[in-house]
Amino acid sequence: MLTALDKKLLVEVADIHDIPQGAYNIRKNGEGIIRNNSANIEIISKKDKPGIDILIKPGTKNESVHIPVIISEEGLNDIVYNTFKIGTNSDVLIVAGCGIHNGGSEKTQHDGVHEFFVGKGAHMRYIEKHYGEGKGDGERVLNPKTIIHVEEDGVVELEMDQIKGVDYTIRDTYIKLYRNARLIVNEKLLTYLDQSAESKIVVELLGEDASAQIISRSVAKDDSKQVFYLSLKGHSKCRGHIQCDSIIMDRAKVSAIPEIVAHHSGAQLIHEAAIGKIASDQITKLMTLGLSGEEAEETILQGFLG
Amino acid sequence: MLELINIDVELEGDNGWDKVLNDINLSLERNKIYVMTGPNGGGKSSIAKTIMGIHKPSRGKILIDGIDITDMSISERARRGIGYAFQTPARFKGLKVKDLLNLAAGEREIDHCEILYNVGLCAQDYLDREINSTFSGGELKRIEIASLLARQIKVALFDEPEAGIDLWSFQRLTETFINLHQKSDTTLVIISHQERILRLADVVIMVENGRISEITNKDKILEEISQLDTGCEHRDNCGKGVMEYADCIR
Repeated sequence: MLTALDKKLLVEVADIHDIPQGAYNIRKNGEGIIRNNSANIEIISKKDKPGIDILIKPGTKNESVHIPVIISEEGLNDIVYNTFKIGTNSDVLIVAGCGIHNGGSEKTQHDGVHEFFVGKGAHMRYIEKHYGEGKGDGERVLNPKTIIHVEEDGVVELEMDQIKGVDYTIRDTYIKLYRNARLIVNEKLLTYLDQSAESKIVVELLGEDASAQIISRSVAKDDSKQVFYLSLKGHSKCRGHIQCDSIIMDRAKVSAIPEIVAHHSGAQLIHEAAIGKIASDQITKLMTLGLSGEEAEETILQGFLG
Repeated sequence: MLELINIDVELEGDNGWDKVLNDINLSLERNKIYVMTGPNGGGKSSIAKTIMGIHKPSRGKILIDGIDITDMSISERARRGIGYAFQTPARFKGLKVKDLLNLAAGEREIDHCEILYNVGLCAQDYLDREINSTFSGGELKRIEIASLLARQIKVALFDEPEAGIDLWSFQRLTETFINLHQKSDTTLVIISHQERILRLADVVIMVENGRISEITNKDKILEEISQLDTGCEHRDNCGKGVMEYADCIR
């Protein structure tokens, strides 16, 4: 059922080299094609709209769910709604992500709407990778929308990567943190040619002692454009920190629009944003170790995007 | 052997082109320690950077083992065995200590722990740390020195290696230089004002006003250094000026 091309896309977006362990659901060209439930994790198709419900039993530990989406048809406009219910005191890894191979001239688009309900004391690590390829001049478009509710004492780690081949993206992430909930976001973005990317992350720190750390690193090359709109809203005694760091090259454009809003005198919110080209002393140092100028630049960018 | 022949260097500053090095002639032999000293702004770092290829000379030639490297890039000189530990080392977001040492070593196998031990750092604490703004100036200097120790080089240039390094590690640092000297036939060029570093020198090179004012030995220089006045000779009669209006009597 999976072609060689499909398998390559799966490696790129979900690091899946074969059928994954645990629960999974692989969606290809707008349809679910392979699915597996585990004793603690159940995946059910939605009845009213495209998408799935992923139900994780309370207390589920060290299990993973892979739900990659691959698209190899040109001209497809795929919208999917996925809902995750992460049971109390569970500890799970969820790997999503979308890979598009567009060999044609028509636009291919995937819009994933993901909503997470993270129960009390649960820990969720969510990895989302976006990847595009194909020689055709048809655009590859990915517009993910992510909504996360983190209950008391819950911990959420988000890793969002877009490193290659996506022509146009608007990512919209909205997170609510209740009492003592903790959020860590690591966002990595690389754009080149005339690609365009917008990332909006809004975090509402609602409960007492909620905390959020957002680290966003990006590289904009060629004529590409990036816009970051990162916002922390503190409604109680809470802590939040945004670090938004961009390397700009060639004729690219980058906007970093910070927002920190405090509705409570106990809110401690910090925003740091920096845009700049690669520091010349870094390139010089690596050249003194024998790297060429291009190798030095590549090494610095790779390190920066981890 | 590294030779600098009639080297002039001009750099563009705020007030146009400025001649920072004037007719520099040096022959640096293998397996010797050279310490370059002299007043601030005298041209010591400029000589080191010219050897590394960071500054391009407007006149003169640089030869390594008889091969003309004057027109070679920084990378090419590095591959021919020249290394430079910067006075103010760069920080790298995302690059770990281990990564930098591996880049320095190239294809050579290295013992990361021993290299870090030699610069007084605990490998367990540092190997996987990013060389970012959490590093203190002293830590950064040690990593910089380590990046030279990881390489097999003919000419090692250390630009004020002791700056920012505390007294306890100072002893370790001098031992590191002695070790490097004993274990390899690398030409060591150390820019320093420190007596303890000067004591390591086979040859002391005094640099002032963009020129080599004297090539001498450590005993002579250690005697002279107590009398060395690095300030302006007119200081006693200085007009200073008032508020924002500077007034020099020269």
